[in-house]
Amino acid sequence: MSTNTAMIEKYRNSFLREVEANVEEGDWVKMCMQCGVCSGSCPLGKDWAHPPQEIFMMIRAGKREEVLTSDSMWMCTSCYNCIVRCPRELPITHIMHGLAHYAKRLGLAPKNQPTMKFAQLFWDNLAKKGRVNELKLGISLYFMNGFGEGIKTSLKMKDIGLGMLKAKRMSVAEAFGGHSVKDLTGFQKMLKKAQELEDTRLSQHG
Amino acid sequence: MADQKIGAYICKGCGLEDRLDMQQIEMTATRDGKAAVAHQHDMLCSKEGVEMIRNSIESDEITHTVIIACSRRAKVEAFNFDDVAVARANLREGVIWLRPDSDENRETTQEMADDYVRMACAEAKAMHQPSPSGEQDLNKHLLVVGGGVSGMTVALEAAAAGYPVSIVEKSGALGGHVAGLYKRTPQHAAPAGMTNGRNVDLPGAEDTGIEEMIKRVEENADITVHLNSTIAKTSGAPGRFSVDIATESGSTTTENFGAIVQASGFKPYDANQLPEFGYDKSADVVTNMELEALAKAANGGPIKRPSDGKEVTSVAFVQCAGQRSDKEGHLPYCSGFCCTTSIKQALYFKEQNPDCDTTVLYSDLRTPGAAGEDFYRRGQQNEVIFTKGDVSEVATNGDLTVKFKDIILDEDTELVADLVVLATGQVPNSGPDPYAVPLSADDEEAAGDDGTAPEPEENTVTVSVESILNLDYRQGTDLPHLKHGFTDSHFICFPYETRRTGIYAAGPVRRPMDIKQAVDDATGAAMKAIQEVHNAAAGRAAHPRSGDLSFPSFRKEGCTQCKRCTVECPFGAIDEDEEGYPQYNESRCRRCGTCMGACPVRVISFENYSVETVNQQIKNCDIPDEFDEKPRILALACENDAYPALDQAAMSGEELTPWARVIPVRCLGSVNLSWVTDAMNSGYDGVVLMGCQKGDDYQCHFVRGSAMAAERMSKVGDTLSTLNLEPERVVIHEVAITDIKRAPQLINDMAKVVEEIGMSPFKF
Repeated sequence: MSTNTAMIEKYRNSFLREVEANVEEGDWVKMCMQCGVCSGSCPLGKDWAHPPQEIFMMIRAGKREEVLTSDSMWMCTSCYNCIVRCPRELPITHIMHGLAHYAKRLGLAPKNQPTMKFAQLFWDNLAKKGRVNELKLGISLYFMNGFGEGIKTSLKMKDIGLGMLKAKRMSVAEAFGGHSVKDLTGFQKMLKKAQELEDTRLSQHG
Repeated sequence: MADQKIGAYICKGCGLEDRLDMQQIEMTATRDGKAAVAHQHDMLCSKEGVEMIRNSIESDEITHTVIIACSRRAKVEAFNFDDVAVARANLREGVIWLRPDSDENRETTQEMADDYVRMACAEAKAMHQPSPSGEQDLNKHLLVVGGGVSGMTVALEAAAAGYPVSIVEKSGALGGHVAGLYKRTPQHAAPAGMTNGRNVDLPGAEDTGIEEMIKRVEENADITVHLNSTIAKTSGAPGRFSVDIATESGSTTTENFGAIVQASGFKPYDANQLPEFGYDKSADVVTNMELEALAKAANGGPIKRPSDGKEVTSVAFVQCAGQRSDKEGHLPYCSGFCCTTSIKQALYFKEQNPDCDTTVLYSDLRTPGAAGEDFYRRGQQNEVIFTKGDVSEVATNGDLTVKFKDIILDEDTELVADLVVLATGQVPNSGPDPYAVPLSADDEEAAGDDGTAPEPEENTVTVSVESILNLDYRQGTDLPHLKHGFTDSHFICFPYETRRTGIYAAGPVRRPMDIKQAVDDATGAAMKAIQEVHNAAAGRAAHPRSGDLSFPSFRKEGCTQCKRCTVECPFGAIDEDEEGYPQYNESRCRRCGTCMGACPVRVISFENYSVETVNQQIKNCDIPDEFDEKPRILALACENDAYPALDQAAMSGEELTPWARVIPVRCLGSVNLSWVTDAMNSGYDGVVLMGCQKGDDYQCHFVRGSAMAAERMSKVGDTLSTLNLEPERVVIHEVAITDIKRAPQLINDMAKVVEEIGMSPFKF
């Protein structure tokens, strides 16, 4: 995009409308009145490059690249403080997740964003058996950032792991296949159908 | 006054009997107060008690009654005898409720009570029963100046109540600025219980309804409309205004009116003073009023930009253009209507073409009124972009580029638009301020011998403007301003009430406002005008001394024609006759007594309030000799704020020094310097003057009274030093009605000061 077009696109409805069409609860973004209560209420707000209020303004100012490549919405821990406090009753948490999801779909989400990486691990783990395999998820989390760090973290956590084994809160057997939901084929069919529906929607609106 | 006969009526109720020696009180009233008759009653305000007084007035031929009971602010209805002069001795709030109930205090409490009885009797003796002047008859005809929404509302409301109205409109048509609007902002909020949803049905812009309103005015038999007309001259007073209405063609008719409402509205701010926004360079930079004309021309179709007729597909609104800014030529205030107007106008574009980009650049979005917030949400629903932005420039070479700082995103940025709308404000359509140049009693010796020169008015508006009312009053042709050129109307207590009795200000001439507020305002002003017509006919005062029949008169032989009264009257009530003597206009007068306080030769008085009534009270307080170690402190308290604050203090159990003797005054402006010097000469040890807040945010019920008093009293130090007295003995305080703890404390502080500097040497 040339600088000239960039300027013309500023404070236009185009990106707002893109968000409305593609982001879960995105049609609420226009209703933000910029009071800043969400930003003030967010327990991690000070660590965000752009707190929610600012993201909403950036959307309305047409800052497409900046919003979608931002890691801010990935910082949301779903504490729902902002939703509870928003005087305009915007579903802010949902919008943050919606934005993150949309950015990832477009391939614009920042590489190596830990929340995103973990979310992918979680999904892959879940999609396999219809249940979350906690042992495998835990181990893949330890090794998420490489083998060396994985070993280090594992050693650090070994006492807790042994304790859990002793208390029968964790089973070594889970490492070998693990158990699944009763109707695994049905579950995978459901996922497939959902993906088809989503693909149709995207081909229509995307 | 041989036929003067005082009846003293003493109440024993509310604990008075337990705390005070009632026989002693009665003896004080008859022996010291020279009451011909004294009666006690267990509960004077009861039906039986009032009946006893009534019977006594008739059988004993009483001319002056002294009610020895509670504060003059209590039981007003019960003790309202309109055929005799009434004085009140305040023993309940004034004495027993402010003093602790213990044996060691009994003596001083009794002394306090006895003094108040003596003072009330002495006051009564100097009073006369006021009667109306009969200066004016009932004239129900009202004059409305201005034929906009405010003026027409006044006319319709008054006519509906049975009062004929004449409207004088300078232009050739009724309707004012509203006639130029395409739509108006909504008047009603969304129904109660409406959720915060993004798709809910919220109020939108409405038809102005101005054509129907004009039709109703024109069809109303009780309303006469003078178009293309101005007021050439206004003379007289409420109930008997005589107004020359001049037409453009030069003919003049004279009509009489009971009261006047000035609804002269506002002028749109001149955007030529905003070169930074390119108003003078590009036809596509327009003001909010000009956009209404474009929208009206489009009439629901696409709005075209003025320069080349291209359909507008992007528009930016610059809020607070030339407003809320200290820059020279800008308006320092918020005009209050422009935010909702810009939302309305953005929706003109959005509802016609949802793809039109509309951006509102605001610093604070202020949406007054019940519908305001809902209307803002409606704008947001329609994807109007609101951004907190500080606009620095509109560049006009080629496309219009709005350069601004986005405050939320904290960056300097810009946007391109087909059309830029400047949300400019309202400039009041007031006449010239009579006090723009301070009036003075005498130009050659502005500061008189006892320093009663009027305080110069602070006013920065120096633009010469045409007079609207052309009053032939001594104090100028038009209504005084408060600030920024808006007509002064008592903000805190009596909106619409200007400083010229019987002339009411309504609508944006009073303060900036939108249509709905102007309609409410005009309705209120119509009611006040109707009230004033009847007050004037009956010779009664307007508030705050509502119903007061007394009015000032002066002893011509003593008058030195110093003109202080005619200059200092806050209401311009006093003119000068051909010989230079003051000429009172009873129905313009609000009975504050500022003239009485101003008069250096003390010739001005009311029937029931005069230099003498207060002087007698001051003199009839017992002053114990120096060795008794019982000082006396005189407090002159404004009856509107300070005195009720003291009453309230009594009710809340605050304590007051037993040395204090409080005399209520109508206004601190009525305090004559002679009272202070006489009090000091009679041996009082200290004087506390308690009035209201002065200045732009004044709380004085008579607007300028407390300011006048402060000015006069600033010279009192000289008087004290000639008496060889310490200047600390006289203090002046601003007291609000809410100062319940502070009001008695200020008097107690004086007691401490007296303790430190010692007793006055002037005791006999």
